[in-house]
Amino acid sequence: MAEKVSATTAQIEYEKQKRKEEMKQQVITFALMIIFTIIAFGMVMAEMSKLFVIPVIIVLAAVQVGFQLYYFMHMSHKGHEMPAFMFYGGVFAAFLTILALVVLVWW
Amino acid sequence: MSTMVATKKRSFGSVLWDYLTTVDHKKIAILYLVAGGLFFILGGLEALAIRWQLVKPMNDFVSAGFYNELITMHGTTMIFLAAMPLIFAFMNAVVPLQIGARDVAFPFLNSLGFWLFLFGGIMLNVGWFTGGAADAGWTAYAPLSTTSPGEGVDYYVLGLQISGAGTLMGGINFLVTIVNMRAPGMTYMRMPLFTWSAFVASALILFAFPALTVGLFLMMFDRLFGSGFFDPNMGGNAVIWQHLFWIFGHPEVYILALPAFGIFSEIFSTFSKKRLFGYSAMVFATVLIGFLGFMVWAHHMFTVGMGPAANSIFAVATMAIAVPTGIKIFNWLFTLWGGSIQLTTPMLWALGFIPTFTMGGMTGVMVAAASADYQYHDSYFVVAHFHYVIVGGVVFGLFAAAHYWWPKMFGTVLSDKLGKLTFWLFFVGFHLTFFIQHFLGLMGMPRRYWVYLEDQGLDLGNAISTAGAFLMGLGTIVLLYNIVVTQVKGEKVSGDPWDGRTLEWSIPSPPPFYNFKQLPLVRGLDPLWIEKTEGRKGMTPAEPVNDIHMPNSTILPFVMSVGLFIAGFGFIYQKDNLAWLWVLFIGMGITLGSMLIRSLKDDLGFHIHKKDLEKEAE
Repeated sequence: MAEKVSATTAQIEYEKQKRKEEMKQQVITFALMIIFTIIAFGMVMAEMSKLFVIPVIIVLAAVQVGFQLYYFMHMSHKGHEMPAFMFYGGVFAAFLTILALVVLVWW
Repeated sequence: MSTMVATKKRSFGSVLWDYLTTVDHKKIAILYLVAGGLFFILGGLEALAIRWQLVKPMNDFVSAGFYNELITMHGTTMIFLAAMPLIFAFMNAVVPLQIGARDVAFPFLNSLGFWLFLFGGIMLNVGWFTGGAADAGWTAYAPLSTTSPGEGVDYYVLGLQISGAGTLMGGINFLVTIVNMRAPGMTYMRMPLFTWSAFVASALILFAFPALTVGLFLMMFDRLFGSGFFDPNMGGNAVIWQHLFWIFGHPEVYILALPAFGIFSEIFSTFSKKRLFGYSAMVFATVLIGFLGFMVWAHHMFTVGMGPAANSIFAVATMAIAVPTGIKIFNWLFTLWGGSIQLTTPMLWALGFIPTFTMGGMTGVMVAAASADYQYHDSYFVVAHFHYVIVGGVVFGLFAAAHYWWPKMFGTVLSDKLGKLTFWLFFVGFHLTFFIQHFLGLMGMPRRYWVYLEDQGLDLGNAISTAGAFLMGLGTIVLLYNIVVTQVKGEKVSGDPWDGRTLEWSIPSPPPFYNFKQLPLVRGLDPLWIEKTEGRKGMTPAEPVNDIHMPNSTILPFVMSVGLFIAGFGFIYQKDNLAWLWVLFIGMGITLGSMLIRSLKDDLGFHIHKKDLEKEAE
């Protein structure tokens, strides 16, 4: 029992390294998300063409959702396969529905 | 807190309180069974009234308006208040036992789901007594539903909203239970097929019900608060309702049918004394049907005018579902092949299901052909088709499950003789009622009309159809008689009367309230059968006897549901008189207040101690 609790120094080093890496990624993601938000605001304030601004903002938003899920909510870690599967299943069903409704009702 | 309590004679009041406050999945299963059964009888009586009206040409048994209410409430009751809760009854009774769990993941939510369904169901039916129930068809197409006078459709909207919330909770609960609470060794690919189908059906509930919720909210605002989502005069679009309804409505068919498929898979395997043929193909087919179920909703709307491109896409997607369904049919046949078959009542229902459902599937491919559907649409051909699928698939499955799992739920076996009588009456009555309707439809008889003219070739067919409906009614009465006789006699049976294969048969009937004293070690598909073939009596435990953590009973779910029920009246009648807003506030106050209590008061449950468990064993 005791051996299990007290990890070896190598393990501790490894864990430390991993956490440092993660921390770095999170900070970079955070910075990127702020930059994305500034870009989005900037484009609207510069009064660029709507046809350009709207798709770009949607793409930026989608990327931010991805950042949120993978870097802050740890979806890439082990044990998250089922949530990921359900998540993509839901996105798939919702996307299909919205696409069909847009095509059939408004087009 | 021991099983000693159960053997003592208890007063009616204490039993009632026990059921009002229970969070035990087995008792909630019984509640679902009783409530769903009552609504099934109510929907059946409505069906008999419809058939009696149509027994002869130009009949005047009911008025045109009342006939509209009858068809609307028959459909709504049977789908939402009978079939769904009865499916939930067996999911509650069996799924935790099949995966070797002591309860569901969220016992409180489970109880809340039931009470919301029940009060939603009552709400729907209150309309009968306040000047007319919903009369816009079970699909409630706008603008018929948004302009229907009176409060009938309001009760439909509020009732379905409340019971739909309950169903959504139930679905989430079973997803989490199956993902997180499987016994040691119970991998996904070792789960019994009923659990698999419950899992996929729950995922469908999670993704499909929000569409209904949104649709009902829009309808509620259109009817009660003067918005115009479905009103073209105000820039709305009536077809949006149809889309939202069927985006929910088509997956709903699979939410009902998949668990029924699971039930039949268990029964075929048990009574053929064989492992289910093509288990992994069955799982694959179940998941595939779940996915495809979301891509076909517009086949209910071929005649709306979506254009040939959209119609073709949805027609092809619909026909694709025949492939995984066909895989299932063949796997069941191959399970039977070479098996040592016992013709018990559940097996009889399962055998009756295969040809019946296949016929429903075949007419399904016919109506899926968009161009041909212009002929079938809104005729009795469609009525015959969906009754072959829903009755032949789902109701047969529920009858089979009732006979198959009755011993597990109540500790007694329903009489096989009466069970077989039920089957033959119902089976013959069903085909008599609906087979002829294919031809009535092809001859041009439209659905939802309250009368038809003489000498148009429809007289005899309708008379035969009505006779069949009464045979089905007779079959149901025999089942009720069977239940009463069996329960009065009360002959207890062992935990494993069918020589079963899955975990639920490894514990006593009815199971102790903690289900498993020690969680079982699962070593493969059909875990109990594996142990039996190796000469062991029961499952090998995966843990020593230890304290068991159980949830406390609580009245809060009941109170929350009562609150929403009261608020529903406020929502409806504030359109006439704003003083009714007080009813709305009081109702919502009760619900939100109980939610606050639930959030603030820690309820950590209790432990059954090791000593008590050991004492019981002696």
